[in-house]
Amino acid sequence: MGSVPFFFMSASSILIQFLNGLASASSLFLVAAGLSLIFGVTRIINFAHGSLFMLGMYLAVALAPMLGFWWSVPLAALAVAAFGALVEATLLRRLYAAPELLQLLATFALVLVIKDFTLWAWGPEDLLGPRAPGMDGAVRIAGLRYPEYDLFLIGFGPLVLGALWFLLRRTRWGTLVRAATQDREMAGALGVNQRWLFTSVFALGALLAGLGGAVQIPREPATLFIDLQIISDAFVVVVVGGLGSIPGAFLAALLIAEIKSFCIGLGYSKITLVVEFIVMAVVLIVRPWGLLGRMPAQTRGPGALELPLALPSRNALVALGGTALALALVPLLSAGYTLVLLTDILVFALFAVSLHFIMGPGGLHSFGHAAYFGLGAYGAGLLLLKGGVPMELALVFAPLLAVLGALVFGWFCVRLSGVYLAMLTLAFAQITWSVMFQWDAFTGGSNGLIGIWPSSWLSSKTAYYYLTLATCVGAIALLWRVLYSPFGYALRAGRDSPLRADAIGIDVRAQQWAAFVFAGLFAGLAGALFAFSKGSISPEALAVPRSVDGLVMVLLGGIQTLTGPVWGAALFIWLQDVVSRSVDYWRAVIGAVVLFLVLVFPQGVTGFLRERFAR
Amino acid sequence: MKMKALFIAAALAATGAQAQTIKIGELNSYKVFPAFLEPYKKGWELALQEINAAGGIKGRKLEVISREDGGNPGDAVRVAEELITRENVSVLMGTFASHVGLAVSNLANQRKIVFVAAEPLTDKIVWENGNRYTFRLRPSTYMQVAMLVPEAAKLNKQRWAIVYPNYEYGQSAAKSFKNLLTQAQPGAQYVAEQAPALGKIEAGSVVQALMDAKPDAIFSALFGADLQKFVREGNIRGLFKNMTVFNLLAGEPEYLDTLKDETPEGWWVTGYPWAEIKTPAHRKFLAAYQAKWKDYPRLGSVVGYSTMYTVANAIRKAGSTDTEQLIAALKGLEMDTPIGPIVYRAVDHQSTMGAYVGQITKKGGQGVMVNWRFADGAHFLPSFAEVRAMRKD
Repeated sequence: MGSVPFFFMSASSILIQFLNGLASASSLFLVAAGLSLIFGVTRIINFAHGSLFMLGMYLAVALAPMLGFWWSVPLAALAVAAFGALVEATLLRRLYAAPELLQLLATFALVLVIKDFTLWAWGPEDLLGPRAPGMDGAVRIAGLRYPEYDLFLIGFGPLVLGALWFLLRRTRWGTLVRAATQDREMAGALGVNQRWLFTSVFALGALLAGLGGAVQIPREPATLFIDLQIISDAFVVVVVGGLGSIPGAFLAALLIAEIKSFCIGLGYSKITLVVEFIVMAVVLIVRPWGLLGRMPAQTRGPGALELPLALPSRNALVALGGTALALALVPLLSAGYTLVLLTDILVFALFAVSLHFIMGPGGLHSFGHAAYFGLGAYGAGLLLLKGGVPMELALVFAPLLAVLGALVFGWFCVRLSGVYLAMLTLAFAQITWSVMFQWDAFTGGSNGLIGIWPSSWLSSKTAYYYLTLATCVGAIALLWRVLYSPFGYALRAGRDSPLRADAIGIDVRAQQWAAFVFAGLFAGLAGALFAFSKGSISPEALAVPRSVDGLVMVLLGGIQTLTGPVWGAALFIWLQDVVSRSVDYWRAVIGAVVLFLVLVFPQGVTGFLRERFAR
Repeated sequence: MKMKALFIAAALAATGAQAQTIKIGELNSYKVFPAFLEPYKKGWELALQEINAAGGIKGRKLEVISREDGGNPGDAVRVAEELITRENVSVLMGTFASHVGLAVSNLANQRKIVFVAAEPLTDKIVWENGNRYTFRLRPSTYMQVAMLVPEAAKLNKQRWAIVYPNYEYGQSAAKSFKNLLTQAQPGAQYVAEQAPALGKIEAGSVVQALMDAKPDAIFSALFGADLQKFVREGNIRGLFKNMTVFNLLAGEPEYLDTLKDETPEGWWVTGYPWAEIKTPAHRKFLAAYQAKWKDYPRLGSVVGYSTMYTVANAIRKAGSTDTEQLIAALKGLEMDTPIGPIVYRAVDHQSTMGAYVGQITKKGGQGVMVNWRFADGAHFLPSFAEVRAMRKD
């Protein structure tokens, strides 16, 4: 068996790898700058930014044969800008008054719709664009061949940075943007027309995303996967650079692209799977507001205030008890697929409630909650298969792995707040994911662990359903009960007014850390139940889409309500099941339904119902 | 509450319908890997039409209930459960990604239903994680690597660089290549190994790193967007000049056709030269496919078509849809496919489907395979003793 010798790079290959990093940084910067601008002014976490990038790519590939590559780039970018303006004016504008993060749900729905639109419009095959005319060859640098087009990109990134700097520092529009980034309410109070400002900023951000996509086509094909890949890279760059900081985004893009380039050059290519998330975690721990970011201004007004969580009325408790009882009677009616679907719904309801526990009352927005779900699931699989532990004990002890993860990650996370906290949770989740994905000998690598079935007395659908029902109902009841304990009140006090909470002797961070671990425990329990219901577990159980699903369930049901996440989970799982079975373009349909719900019920479905009945 | 009542009612209504057809459950990641799975679906739809036009099986028509599996194991298992319990299907078939295939195979073992895995390439589905209910059609990663190695050994290159996507398929391709080449050519050295994340290759940096290692030859398991990026950067930077390259799967139309005028010259690949296969079986398939779909077949089309026929032939041979009888029928089942006769080996449930090994070249701005020959899968499988040692049953 030969092995890979470690060889040192020659001076010329060091130079080439450095240039490679610069070229990659440029396109990364374009897409990240747009995301950062949009967030800075509108506070929208634009999940669909990668989709705008993808649209830019497909448009440029489609236009290039007709107009030539060099014309296709600006036209594609302008078309994406126009689309962005339309989205902002017709959709997002209606949501600025809605609770925080709801725009995230809307942009998530857009991702689904745009993906299926792209598939419909341009077909399933990857489309490799043309090489750039006039820059289709290579030049000799230090005796090695280097693509001319990459040299163009190296110059293009700083050029756009310069243009943005001019726009933001030397024009009246730029002054308004900076004012709104620093203090949105104050800018509004001073008479700045926010509507026009927000639309133009969103359009500019979309333009940059479209431009970033269009200039990539000589280097990589337009594919249907690119949207989610780019969005996670762009998030990382924006957060590492500091939210709202354009030079920060440039610096971060450069840092990450160069690190990747040299990891590859030195023969450590495997680490590129996760290296940007490691960088992000380190930066956030050392500099909580990114490399060039500033501490965000406190938002004022009704956006931040939440209604106190009222004790559920007697009628509500009776209704909840009745629901649980009805669920217990279902096996009498059907022993088939209904139980399978309900098992999934119960598991995800517990997952969503545990996420809601820290997001809603805790005020800690986690974008990486799947990590604890996945750790619980892997815990179950590893205990059963590698530890030889009986299934019943594996189920009981598996969540402890999630607790361990939450203890470590939570300690760092509660030191941050807002979007920075959310991104740190995401980084930890991605790092956990990559460990599961890479550690072939122990976790089964990308294939995962196979053969995780319940003991024979629990293996029938009915028996496992009862186990799931009892566990999930008990766990959810406990999570809800804790919200009305002194600990729950202290947690909400810390969310609503950290200063006052601190002043009356509540250790806010300790409360939040405890909440993080408590939520992790129950996410882990949901994961363990999930593993035994599926018989296998793979890294997807803790990948980003699973975390996003959790967010969607919580937001769909209503983040400010108690029972919302349960109904959100049920609605989302049921919708996926029904729509994916009966409709061809099922993603677009789910996206459209979510958009509809967001526009009609900005408080979430349960929040809407509560308001109706409160009247 | 109302919603729950609604879907319970729907579930009850669905189980009421019972026809004379034989129900086959099919699941795949149609909207996740559409480039591969649209041709696959056209393949099995053509086969289904042919089988039913010929009177079905003992007068009973086949009915395929096809579902989207969402491309992840959790959803796929739920979909498979739905096919088994609500639709009462007799057999499961389909899946694309290896981890999804393994999860469904594992469910088939638990629920005691036959599963014919169509696309997954992982060796584990028939070996380490093989079970008595799962059968697999396509030549696996190991088999396709084994088909390329004799050509690689013939060239007697010393310094090899390896590049593969960093997940199970790529890892096992690289491992099998090194094992098999070292057996055939004990002096071979492996001077560089690049494992970029799937779909996220930094092609310029990877090309430069490979050049730094000064290899005599390259073995690649890249495909899809990674392959396209790698080829374009390698072409511009001159990596492939006077370089021998072996690339698993790159001759499959799904991947080759996207390269267009970037198609590199002389690479050794496994693939499917659909326009040039002149056997009667393939001519008949090609004519029928083009007549029905007004499009040329991809490899996925052959896979879908042959999977459908596998299921039909097994039911015909078994004379029933009873699981135990189906297993007995599938063990050693001999049948024709558009690319030659195959046998489902009794020892590990792997079919002996082969692949075409050849070189690629550019013709009229399109990549095509030349100097190709058919490699019968039967010759590229480990011995029965080795297989028995890997399988746990």
